[in-house]
Amino acid sequence: MSAAPSRSRRATDDPAWAKALVIGVVLVFLALVLIVPLAAVFAEALRRGLDAALVAVNNPDALAAVKLTLLTAAIAVPFNAVFGLCASWAIAKHEFRGKPLLITLIDLPFSVSPVVAGLIYVLIFGMQGWFGEWLVDNDIKVIFAVPGIVLATVFVTFPFVARELIPLMQEQGTSEEEAAISMGASGLYTFWRVTAPNVRWGLMYGVLLSNARAMGEFGAVSVVSGHIRGLTNTMPLHVEILYNEYDFVGAFAVAALLCLLAVVTLVLKTAVEAAQPRTGRGGH
Amino acid sequence: MTISIRSVDKKFGRYPALNKVDLEIADGELLALLGPSGSGKTTLLRTIAGLEFPDAGQVLFHGQDVTFASAAARRVGFVFQQYALFKHMTVAKNIAFGLDVRKGKDKPSKIEIEKRVDELLKLVELDGLGKRYPSQLSGGQRQRVALSRALAVQPSVLLLDEPFGALDATVRKSLRKELRRVHDATGVTTIFVTHDQEEALELADRVAILNKGQIEQVGTPDQVHDQPQTAFVCGFVGEANSFEGQVAGGQFTAGALRLPAAGVRDGAATAYVRPHDFVLDETGFEVRVERAHVQGPLTAVSAATLDGHPLEISASRAEAALFQGAVKIAARKTHVYAV
Repeated sequence: MSAAPSRSRRATDDPAWAKALVIGVVLVFLALVLIVPLAAVFAEALRRGLDAALVAVNNPDALAAVKLTLLTAAIAVPFNAVFGLCASWAIAKHEFRGKPLLITLIDLPFSVSPVVAGLIYVLIFGMQGWFGEWLVDNDIKVIFAVPGIVLATVFVTFPFVARELIPLMQEQGTSEEEAAISMGASGLYTFWRVTAPNVRWGLMYGVLLSNARAMGEFGAVSVVSGHIRGLTNTMPLHVEILYNEYDFVGAFAVAALLCLLAVVTLVLKTAVEAAQPRTGRGGH
Repeated sequence: MTISIRSVDKKFGRYPALNKVDLEIADGELLALLGPSGSGKTTLLRTIAGLEFPDAGQVLFHGQDVTFASAAARRVGFVFQQYALFKHMTVAKNIAFGLDVRKGKDKPSKIEIEKRVDELLKLVELDGLGKRYPSQLSGGQRQRVALSRALAVQPSVLLLDEPFGALDATVRKSLRKELRRVHDATGVTTIFVTHDQEEALELADRVAILNKGQIEQVGTPDQVHDQPQTAFVCGFVGEANSFEGQVAGGQFTAGALRLPAAGVRDGAATAYVRPHDFVLDETGFEVRVERAHVQGPLTAVSAATLDGHPLEISASRAEAALFQGAVKIAARKTHVYAV
């Protein structure tokens, strides 16, 4: 360990041993709780070879679970992107009564247990729920069906986009919008040409986070799903079922697929972050 | 474009930002709104722009009531303190924005817009930088882009909110001259907000001084400096020594200090004397010189009256040697205001 003064040294730099210690702690911790388990998932999935894993994934129930997961994310994520844009626009660019309450409400899904989130929908739409009879009379299934799964997923993921955009929009203020409007731009034109380009990276980031959560949600979806194979099982639920049936290769193969989807999301996220400086951020 | 502000009131919550403000702005004038922060100067500017709307009163453009007209309908050019350039657009696109948003036959052709952008870039001495992004420009250059973007729509009035506030001193000085030049070249009625009195006095045809949501005085830079109508203006514009005392029979007294105060009613009063209005005078009152140092062509003297009230005197450089120990001085001009 040399403490030779280097030209790039800064006043806030720690001594070499402290730096090594901090980095070491982080790496060991990451290895223990993240890398080893993740590697185990793939190792377990491939224990009987790639073919066995592919067979496990390539059966109708597993494929149905993949489809349902993608469908749920495809509905929940755009919905939350629109909601997040509206909410952050309302909060960052306008003054109104009850604003702190609205901000607190947006955070609610973060603080409520996902199981409770699922139960809320059972209470409202279930057979014994408020709208239960009416739904049965009209032959509409919400609970133990796809609509319930989508609703529960939307509930759990809706803070992500708004949380990402609110601070960004607040920091940017309203003067660019005022400039555009004072030059005769309409509200919609201003939104598309001025506001949206300024928040597009934040929006992408929020969408990716919300997508990752939508695909991975277990608790809330588990309550409303009913676990009907091939119909209302999402990937996380399917993993649990297979695991409970001691089909370890199958469970880990589907889990590995879920991990791969997460990795794709992370790679996209990193790409988004890397692309950011090129657009000439940091205008002032 | 003449602009009339008629008893405009504006409150933010309970906080009164503007209180019965009246102001007339002549066609082609360059007017400064000068005041400390919180005085309402930016609110007044934004009310003229149509970015804020008054609770009471009227705003007239050329005799026409525009109190509740939008900023676009008023055809104002607005320059924001932090420039508010569109970060993801090139300089040329920024400047062309106000022309690009037009529709139908009002919209100039692509070639006309390009020509106009080039003209404006030349006007603010940024030729050739049209393809850059705002983040690739210095602060001064960004402010010039903001200025030309505001001018692109040929505004009826140009409004600038603390236009030089975020720039360093040298750039500020050169941009000041530039704004004056652009104003003279285009002849557009221009109003700018500043808290920097030097900027206001150097640049503007007339200065309106605001304090606590009211206009204290409107006048040429000379008028507000030499004939301040209120104690606030006297203390805010230019440097001044202030003394708290009493007026009796046209004479102001504060301890050992006596100053003429003709026409001021008897009672408590505040007197202001500018540093350069103190002169050596054997018939005057005595002060102790604490420090005298040469500042370019002048001598800056720190002194105190016999009862300890500090004061600043500005004398010529030649007089530097005379300010030593105890000297007698008199004020050749005083401003006394009843409290």
